[in-house]
Amino acid sequence: MTAAASPGALPFHAPYIDYHALAPEIVLSTVVVVVLVLDLLVDETRKYLVTQLAGLGVVASAVPLLSLAARHGTHSWSMFGGAYVVDNFSLVLKALFIFTGYIVLLMSTNYIEEGDYYEGEFSFLVLSSLLGMVVMASARDLITIFVALELLSIPAYMLAGWRKRDLRSNEAALKYYLLGVLATAVMLYGMSLIFGFTGTTVLSQIGAQIAGSAGSHPIVTVGIFFIVVGFAFKVSAVPFHFWAPDVYEGAPTPVTAFLSVASKTGGFVALFQLIFVGFYGRYDVYGPLFWVLAALTMTVGNLVALRQTNIVRMLAYSSIGQAGYILVPFAVAGTNARAAHSSQTASIVYLLIYAAMNLGAFAIVIAVARRTRSGDIASYSGLFTYAPGLTVVMTIFLFSLAGVPPLGGWFAKFYVFRAVADAGTAWAWVLGVLVAVNSVIALFYYAGVARQMWMNPAPDGDRRPLRVPPPLAAALGLCALVVMAIGVYPQAFARMGDVASLLR
Amino acid sequence: MNVFDHWALSGVIFVPILGAILLGFVPRAQETAQKSVALLISLVTGGLMVGILARFDYNATDKLQFVTDRRWIDVIHSRYHVGVDGIALPLLALSVFITIACIIYSWDHFPEPHNPKAFLMLLLVLETGMNGTFCAEDLILFFVFFELVLLPMYFMIGVWGGPNRQYAAIKFFLFTLFGSALMILGFLALFFKGGNTFDIPTLVHNGSAIARSTQVLIFAGLFMGFAIKVPMFPFHTWLPDAHTEAPTVGSVILAAVLLKLGTYGFIRIALPVLPYAARRWAPWIGLLAVIGIIYGALGSLAQRDLKRLVAFSSVAHMGFVMLGISTLTSFGLNAAIFGMVAHGLITGMLFFLAGSIAERFNTREISRLGGLLVQAPRLGWILGFCAMASLGLPGLAGFWGEFPAILSAYQPAQGLNIALFRAFMVVAAVGTVLAAGYLLWMYQRTAFGEPSAEFAAIHVHDVHVPEWIAWTPLLLGIVAFGVYPHALFHVTDGAVHGVTAVFTSRAS
Repeated sequence: MTAAASPGALPFHAPYIDYHALAPEIVLSTVVVVVLVLDLLVDETRKYLVTQLAGLGVVASAVPLLSLAARHGTHSWSMFGGAYVVDNFSLVLKALFIFTGYIVLLMSTNYIEEGDYYEGEFSFLVLSSLLGMVVMASARDLITIFVALELLSIPAYMLAGWRKRDLRSNEAALKYYLLGVLATAVMLYGMSLIFGFTGTTVLSQIGAQIAGSAGSHPIVTVGIFFIVVGFAFKVSAVPFHFWAPDVYEGAPTPVTAFLSVASKTGGFVALFQLIFVGFYGRYDVYGPLFWVLAALTMTVGNLVALRQTNIVRMLAYSSIGQAGYILVPFAVAGTNARAAHSSQTASIVYLLIYAAMNLGAFAIVIAVARRTRSGDIASYSGLFTYAPGLTVVMTIFLFSLAGVPPLGGWFAKFYVFRAVADAGTAWAWVLGVLVAVNSVIALFYYAGVARQMWMNPAPDGDRRPLRVPPPLAAALGLCALVVMAIGVYPQAFARMGDVASLLR
Repeated sequence: MNVFDHWALSGVIFVPILGAILLGFVPRAQETAQKSVALLISLVTGGLMVGILARFDYNATDKLQFVTDRRWIDVIHSRYHVGVDGIALPLLALSVFITIACIIYSWDHFPEPHNPKAFLMLLLVLETGMNGTFCAEDLILFFVFFELVLLPMYFMIGVWGGPNRQYAAIKFFLFTLFGSALMILGFLALFFKGGNTFDIPTLVHNGSAIARSTQVLIFAGLFMGFAIKVPMFPFHTWLPDAHTEAPTVGSVILAAVLLKLGTYGFIRIALPVLPYAARRWAPWIGLLAVIGIIYGALGSLAQRDLKRLVAFSSVAHMGFVMLGISTLTSFGLNAAIFGMVAHGLITGMLFFLAGSIAERFNTREISRLGGLLVQAPRLGWILGFCAMASLGLPGLAGFWGEFPAILSAYQPAQGLNIALFRAFMVVAAVGTVLAAGYLLWMYQRTAFGEPSAEFAAIHVHDVHVPEWIAWTPLLLGIVAFGVYPHALFHVTDGAVHGVTAVFTSRAS
């Protein structure tokens, strides 16, 4: 400390780094590198080793999460001047991302192998994107959020075009890339305004300034507006959703599952931190904005989903509708302290349950497409006669998405209703009734698939049993187990939402 | 409190669903094994139910008995709280015994596309949902069980139903889900206004604290949920479709138990928790009830399909039940509960009979039938007996549901418009005449005379052994409760007084 610094330069302090707290990221980064190198060394016939290693690596990165979660009390690690925080919120969401990543790898193992696509690079990109998400869960700084967003998005652009001889996959990748970049630009503009006004990029400091009287400045309003709009693209909220169905349909199905669950959750995680830590004081800006986004997203998503004949497009619009439900708590978060807590819990719990049921539904789509080679909802007819197990599991996922007890989805919707009731304002109740009406609309198309599977005869009377490869079966089993367990005993999972509070 | 008292009710609720899981492991080809397992499971449940009936303290029917109260979802203050009192007990017993009858009946009556394994699994899941709803003493628990019946019934109608089954199944599902989405909003409002609890007895205690205008709004939410399930007049349109298309066993369960979930919800939750709102809503409920009585009866007169006729008669009968409830008197509520049980037995039987007749003649068109008494005298005789019971012949169970319900409208609870309810009474009495009309006319066309030329030559098997086994207890029940209604009234009366006491003492 005695060394004289050159005039004008700040003295350098080595940043505080807790290696235990960063262990999941470190393990993942190591696996990313090892997978990339291993892919060069093993020959074409043994590429499956790379995928297996990737899966093991993801599981390994979950181990430090457990040891971190087992610590005493609610201690949290704040690093790099508050820019990178490991607390209960980030642990819960990192666990969610790692679970999602593992399921996606299980789902893609046979898909990529049999489709004759590049295997090693696929795992590498999925892991890179996953690393970006895990970083996002701890990012409490505008720059860190931006870096995490790029790290999770850029591999996803490439993954969307993985079926490179398929025109629609190419279109998907290009569309996703261009609109993603546009959204990022909008968001960066908003961030620059916020930084310019507050002079800091750390969210907690921004939050302190915005809560004060200076926060009502129009520049802050514009900045918040642009940032929220930028992330509205990411979570495919209406009217910024139009890329999603085309991209989802064009991308390989495991990637679609990854985009519609992990990437979307990444966007929501960023929104959580921005809204609850940074902009919480400006409810007058983000409240009405999210109200409109939520109302439009769920209504348009569900109404358009009604008309879909392709299962992936239907699930795409369904996931837009689901995003609408997740946005509802944001719209009521600022009304009072109790609503703030319960709306945060509601969105987190919704994301946890949504991940399991949506991944499960996509896993079924992959399993069935192995036989029918078709994405038409009509090709599901008679599934019950030759694949009763798959039919029952798909029924579980569909009706869970629809929110019918005792399957997990009901609890997610219940939490949304609770947040609405906690807020208690007339506008909040209107949104609650909209959720109720939308749930009924949504049931119609979910039940439509169930109807095809259970009540219509199989085409050509073909009743050979359908073989499901073990990794895919494992993915299905895990998702179904989670959905059922949450539905019957929500307490275990609700705790996760409850401890993961960003509010102090 | 011994072990049985602690676990019996949970057993009645969960043994069926565990049995359904067990049934999943029986190989698909071994149909006899599947049926035996299902029957065994339902009999075990029935045994537990008999134990509960035997150990129930009939001198304290207003007290919750066989209570289990455990932690379930702490974060939302919802508990696993189950128990039965004099209101829930008869309905729970009805649900358990009707399920046994259904499994016996379906022994060799599996509708296309056959697949007894899936059918029986659904039936057992359904039973868990029904039993759980009647036992739940926590709003969230109630909601979960209330919804649990939807999926199995949806598939039962949609897979094993008639030609128009897909439309009927989705209609049933959408109607009910719409109602329950508003109901859950009502439950949440109750949670916040009623002292941060979902516990029904506690809410009954705190109910009066809720502001009156809020009560009326919350009641609207609950009303939508329950009235669609009953179904009351403007919301009834799903019922004839669902009943007509459902397989026989599905219709029986639907009529005998599922409709009662709605009326039970009114008595268990809506009335005692929101006494002021109940009083405000009562005239409207009564009005819709009598419209339902007349509309159902006229609808029945116009039907050409046997099952559809019985379905419309259900609308009328549930109208009587709702009329009894709308008087808010213990007399009316007793009649309503009796009406539910009687309707469960009688209409359940009528749907069994409609199914058996349709199976023998391959048609349910009343005009094509005739001379049943000649071709299958026992079947014809049972049909006549049930038709008489349904039209409210004194001495059979139907009478004690209908007559006191009409009578109770003569003197509704304090604060309700007497003239209005007496007008309802007159209209409802006209309804009974119409009921006699459509039932006797139906009986005359199907059973009397000579067999129509179309079916004169075919051999019609009279009542089968499984049919006898399934039906005898129901028929005996119809007679027993008809001759000795006190057996049921003395169970319900104490508990009903509990409900109306809360009601009259609170709402001034």
